[in-house]
Amino acid sequence: MSTGISDYRKQEESVTLSSQPAGEGLEQELMTINMGPHHPSTHGVLRLIVTLEGETVRDIKPVIGYVHTGIEKTAEDKPYWKAIPVVERMDYLSYYFNAMAFCGAVEKLLEVEVPARAQYLRVIHLELNRIMSHLVWLGTSCIDLGAISVWWYCFREREAVLDLFEMSSGQRMHTRYFQVGGVIEDIPRGWVERVRRFTKTMRTRADQYAALLDKNEIVLQRLRHTGIVDEATLLGLGVTGPLLRAAGNPWDLRKAAPYSSYDHFDFKIPVGTIGDNYDRYRVRHAEIYESCDIIDQALDGLPEGPFITTDRKVALPPRHELATSMEALIHHFKLVTEGFRVPPGEVYNPIESPRGELGCYVRSDGSSRPARVHMRDPSFVNLQATAPATRNSYIADLVATLAMLDPVLGGVDR
Amino acid sequence: MPDATGLELIAQDLRAADSDAVLGTSFFREEATVEVAPAFLRTAAELLVEKGYAFMASCHGVDYYPEEPRLGVHYQLLDMPNVDRICLKTRVTVEQPNVPSLCDLWPGANHPEREVFDMFGVVFDGHPDLRRILMPEDYEGHPQRRDFPIGGEPVLFTYNEDKVPGWTR
Repeated sequence: MSTGISDYRKQEESVTLSSQPAGEGLEQELMTINMGPHHPSTHGVLRLIVTLEGETVRDIKPVIGYVHTGIEKTAEDKPYWKAIPVVERMDYLSYYFNAMAFCGAVEKLLEVEVPARAQYLRVIHLELNRIMSHLVWLGTSCIDLGAISVWWYCFREREAVLDLFEMSSGQRMHTRYFQVGGVIEDIPRGWVERVRRFTKTMRTRADQYAALLDKNEIVLQRLRHTGIVDEATLLGLGVTGPLLRAAGNPWDLRKAAPYSSYDHFDFKIPVGTIGDNYDRYRVRHAEIYESCDIIDQALDGLPEGPFITTDRKVALPPRHELATSMEALIHHFKLVTEGFRVPPGEVYNPIESPRGELGCYVRSDGSSRPARVHMRDPSFVNLQATAPATRNSYIADLVATLAMLDPVLGGVDR
Repeated sequence: MPDATGLELIAQDLRAADSDAVLGTSFFREEATVEVAPAFLRTAAELLVEKGYAFMASCHGVDYYPEEPRLGVHYQLLDMPNVDRICLKTRVTVEQPNVPSLCDLWPGANHPEREVFDMFGVVFDGHPDLRRILMPEDYEGHPQRRDFPIGGEPVLFTYNEDKVPGWTR
């Protein structure tokens, strides 16, 4: 039994088809195939329903929700400071950013001043995290292009970043280092030197990646002029971050609306020209250098002083005070049992994550638990660009484009 | 952000288009929010786009339980050249949860609106593909509503393996 194209369209009316003849005067039969959720090149549990005409992608529908864990619902049941660890686990490659967006929103509601040293320490960790996230992206994307060696190199440097995280916070991932009002602990002795050594090495390594990939024939053939989406379409879709910058729009919240002392640092925003996959690769690669620059400047100018707010109603008192001060003991007890109460209101706190605008919306009803936490996760919004980027291209380019879009499914599904 | 005066001027322009469209404005922690009636959402969004707030940064759903009307939909709009944000907000009841979809203004509203529908049960009229997005398609209820219980699946242990249905048989 053969199914004509018209019957097929009746079945799948939600699929938009721009029917074009596949050969000379021929219309091939359309085929719908399922890709994922366990397909390795979908970078997590993303399922794509791909409508193919021959080898050409005619339409694509992402199906998500496979790792939806209800983190936003869970956060509503926890005091603000206990919600930080669950929020961190949304986008599992940029945990510092998730914590920053959430803590920033709560600080806005509380009107808490974050000390300068804490702001600098946050910037250093955020940028280390950005480098780490880009390294994972570069490594996994190169596997999709068939180059496994880059993956080993990238994960070697990623290990170095994770070691730095472990040194400063005791954890390699999901560190819970950022607190409402500052950071949990000052950096240990010797950490600054190790970070300096890392940024120096990282620049050399990034040079090596460039030597390996920038003019590589396979990379050029797979990435250049594939997956092009123009700036206007991206803006309509709400896409931000390296994807938008690759299309030539220099929108970066670190420059446009600086938070956490980003205006103290001198850095550039890499932009692309036509917004193809190669531009996306070059933009993220260039961002690694800029992050190194920011880290070095922040280490140079790292101010002395407290690393967390001295407001005892928000931040835990130092351990030694508990032995001598009754008041400190009461504050400690109140914070650990009930948590701090937050004035009622709703705020939206956007920051620039490795994948674009990561916004945290927090509504408080005056109690010690958030009434609503919502993350505007960039991966979730950027995923909508999959269809315009891959429509009418070959299915092999779909894999490359998806890698260059860099969705993190933990962030998409939350 | 527009300052408090700028927000009132914008609200004034919205009122000029329809006198009872704007239900309120708030300027809280340097963030401007204008609340409009659901029927007026589309016109308000179009007016704000004309004023330069052309980028839809985010769409949130909220449940204001026990306040009425319970469900809220927020559109975070961004004016990129002037680095200016405004929140367009509307509230609907659980019994009549209909809001016009803004998918034709911003194609990027598609997934976020589906998420709000999934989590809160707000129905976006005119949405091209209003289905559940994060929860399974056969799921019942809207889990982010405040009165939706945080339940749990029973964990399978040796002592209860014959009591947990469907696991061992």
